[in-house]
Amino acid sequence: MKSRSTTLLVVGGGPGGYVAALRAAQLGIATTLVEGDRLGGTCLNIGCIPSKALIHVAEEFDSARRSAAGGRIGIQLQPPRLDLGQTHRWKDSVVARLTGGVGALLKKAGVQVVRGWARLEDGKTATVEVPDEEPLRIRCEHLLLATGSVPVALPQLPFGGPVLSSTEALALPEVPRHLVVVGAGYIGLELGMAWRKLGAEVAIVEVADRVLPTYDEALGQVLQASLRRMGVTLHLGCKAEGLAQDGRALRVRSAQADEFVLPADRVLAAVGRRPRAEGFGLESLRLDMAGRAVRVDAQCRTSMRNVWAIGDLTGEPMLAHRAMAQGEVVAEAIAGHKRRFEPLAIPAVCFTDPEVVAVGRTAAQAAEAGIETLSATFPFAANGRSLSMEGGEGFVRVLARRDNHMVLGWQAVGRGVSELAAAFSYAIEMGARLEDVAGIVHAHPTLGEAVQEAALRALGRALH
Amino acid sequence: MGQYTIKMPDIGEGIAEVELVEWRVRPGDAVAEDQVLADVMTDKATVEIPSPVAGTVLELGGQPGELMAVGAELIRLEVQGEGNVKAQAVAAASAAGAREAMVSREGAPALPPADKGSGAPRSVQPANPVPAATAQPIQRAPGERPIASPAVRSRAWELGIELRFVHGSGPAGRITHEDLDVYLASRGQSSVASRPESAWAQRHGEEAIPVIGLRRRIAQKMQEAKRRIPHFSYVEEVDVTELEALRAALNKRYAAGRGKLTLLPLLARAVVLAVADFPQMNARFDDDAGVVTRHAPVHLGMATQTDAGLLVPVIRHAEALDPWACAREIARLAQAARDGKASRDELGGSTLTISSLGPLGGIVTTPVINHPEVAIIGVNRIVERPVLRGGAVVARQLMNLSSSFDHRVVDGMEAAQFIQAIRALLETPALLFVE
Repeated sequence: MKSRSTTLLVVGGGPGGYVAALRAAQLGIATTLVEGDRLGGTCLNIGCIPSKALIHVAEEFDSARRSAAGGRIGIQLQPPRLDLGQTHRWKDSVVARLTGGVGALLKKAGVQVVRGWARLEDGKTATVEVPDEEPLRIRCEHLLLATGSVPVALPQLPFGGPVLSSTEALALPEVPRHLVVVGAGYIGLELGMAWRKLGAEVAIVEVADRVLPTYDEALGQVLQASLRRMGVTLHLGCKAEGLAQDGRALRVRSAQADEFVLPADRVLAAVGRRPRAEGFGLESLRLDMAGRAVRVDAQCRTSMRNVWAIGDLTGEPMLAHRAMAQGEVVAEAIAGHKRRFEPLAIPAVCFTDPEVVAVGRTAAQAAEAGIETLSATFPFAANGRSLSMEGGEGFVRVLARRDNHMVLGWQAVGRGVSELAAAFSYAIEMGARLEDVAGIVHAHPTLGEAVQEAALRALGRALH
Repeated sequence: MGQYTIKMPDIGEGIAEVELVEWRVRPGDAVAEDQVLADVMTDKATVEIPSPVAGTVLELGGQPGELMAVGAELIRLEVQGEGNVKAQAVAAASAAGAREAMVSREGAPALPPADKGSGAPRSVQPANPVPAATAQPIQRAPGERPIASPAVRSRAWELGIELRFVHGSGPAGRITHEDLDVYLASRGQSSVASRPESAWAQRHGEEAIPVIGLRRRIAQKMQEAKRRIPHFSYVEEVDVTELEALRAALNKRYAAGRGKLTLLPLLARAVVLAVADFPQMNARFDDDAGVVTRHAPVHLGMATQTDAGLLVPVIRHAEALDPWACAREIARLAQAARDGKASRDELGGSTLTISSLGPLGGIVTTPVINHPEVAIIGVNRIVERPVLRGGAVVARQLMNLSSSFDHRVVDGMEAAQFIQAIRALLETPALLFVE
């Protein structure tokens, strides 16, 4: 068996792992990154990027189709046709460009990239099964685990056949006639809406009595109205029981214990993700765990010296930008800098239609912490930019401390609000007060005006 | 308006210089006649300097800790009328006074006059005066996260600063880069902001405590005693069961009329009786002249802890005091010492010293001889212990005497015999009252 030594061994080439490797190499740390699949991990290959590409195509197609049907904004078209093969080729080219970019960045920074699946022997050694070559043993001073997460399967709906995980749902060769989505979290809603726009009949089955059950209820209400408008059938408070015998339908049980059957060419099971903590020898390290996730401290140190963990492997929120930020912290900490991963807020965005952004605390969370708050909502129905984009639905809501007006949280739902995530995060991380947000000149006409108006309203000084 | 200079008065016979301990006034203060201006120290006595006139403080003549010659200018006041300073001196002084007054108004300590250096120690002033921001308490609930931007947080981590200890001067208590600068500047000084709340947090900084005033006197005296006297210590166990029983009986019978007796007057009596047979212990050794002077009177030094430090008031002619008179004198002197009112005579001239830490007295101590004496008797605490008496275990009150001697003039055998004599008197307390 060949062997090599390195200072930092990163297991996993997703957004957390590759950022950590890049930053470490920039800081002069000899770094090796092991990735068994493709660089970029879930985010670039089977998550954020391809899903947003597909959502974009769906939006464009839907827009064209609405115009063809006599849209209200004056564009006249023939009914459009979808070349799904071309869609996938374009989507894959976006992915390929980005993953290729990651590879180039790593190479330029001097990171040794090893293609193969790593298996941990101990906290200082991993063996990599390299395809068509003899295994490689890598010894390291620091081990960074960034193995990400995998979709959770329902026992009654194992992946395979017509039952898809989000990965397969991004690469369907043709538009299903009937798609049933199990789970009304952000993945299920994003993909369900996209396929609906591409022409599928979509039904969503959710155990909770509302969509986006982990988000503020008012956000979900706007989405529910949108789902109904676009013809998606919602089955809330219902449980997927399994495929019908012929495999062409999903058996569903309602809250009233009635069982019914939904026709389904395909079933997308999108009920969540869990840390990828198995299959690579992690258990041999006997690290402290927090449920299924690896427990880490504010510097992303595990319970074993010089073994670090970041990203989805360390639990919620499983978001690429969290993993990237953690990767940077770890690289700099290994380089001897004093760093911590202690953001005040991690923005969460749903690329649904309309989009949803949540940053910081909700009113309920603040109340739970015993903080008295002020809150105000500004509707996009009163925002010029939103109306001019055929938007007008949704709102921006701000939450602040009652005593000193410091901004604690933001929630927004509306067309294009994903780009407000930066403004929301700035306000919280910079310790802004309502007066700060209200006192900043916001560009007109932009969605950002709604942000300012929400702050003004909370101060009792609403202008519009 | 004229100026009036007060000079350092001649406080004691033969004293050429005194130490300025504390100012009671600052430049710009209005001063009434007889108002105390400063505390100065001679030998071990602290003396208050009152103002003979009413006026306004223009200039202070020195810094606390500074040694000032008798006759030196202590303070200059502006007074009604002509004052006692000639016109030419007034112009120069008023400029200096004005400068100091201005500094004082800004809240900074008055600057010492430039020509008063002369190598004398001065109190340490902060190198970087702390703006008022740090002096304000941090109004943050326990566990509440400090507000600071990511750049400020990152810089604080890099510097090893816990933000929860930093005052935030920004809106809603936000911590700015400037707040970090202020915190860094003040980190060497003791302040509310720099005190970690957790017992496990790293602590930083240091504080320079000038050894001045009484502490300097004590340090000098102890150093001199240890450097000049080859000490040896002798420890003996004393059974004070009978003595304690007697003391309890005496207190029960006479406390109302004569006052309560502690152990010390009884020990003093034992020492007085013992030195009759060991006159070499009640002595002072002039090692420059090579003469040991044995004293007939027993002037017992009583080491006394005060807020300012250790003082040794002296019970004069302890041999002539009955236990109650001795107890009253001990109480009076201890109070005077603690109040800083003991006179120079009451703080000097002892011939033998007793050092007692009272109930804190531990098992063994190694007392330092009160130079130029030749012996010191240290009292450890009384403990009830099981003791074998006639084959039976009985509870007895036991106390150690830890004593030190000047080995140049006292041999070990003599020291042991002296302490044994005291022990015999204490263990048979009736002997204390036999003439």
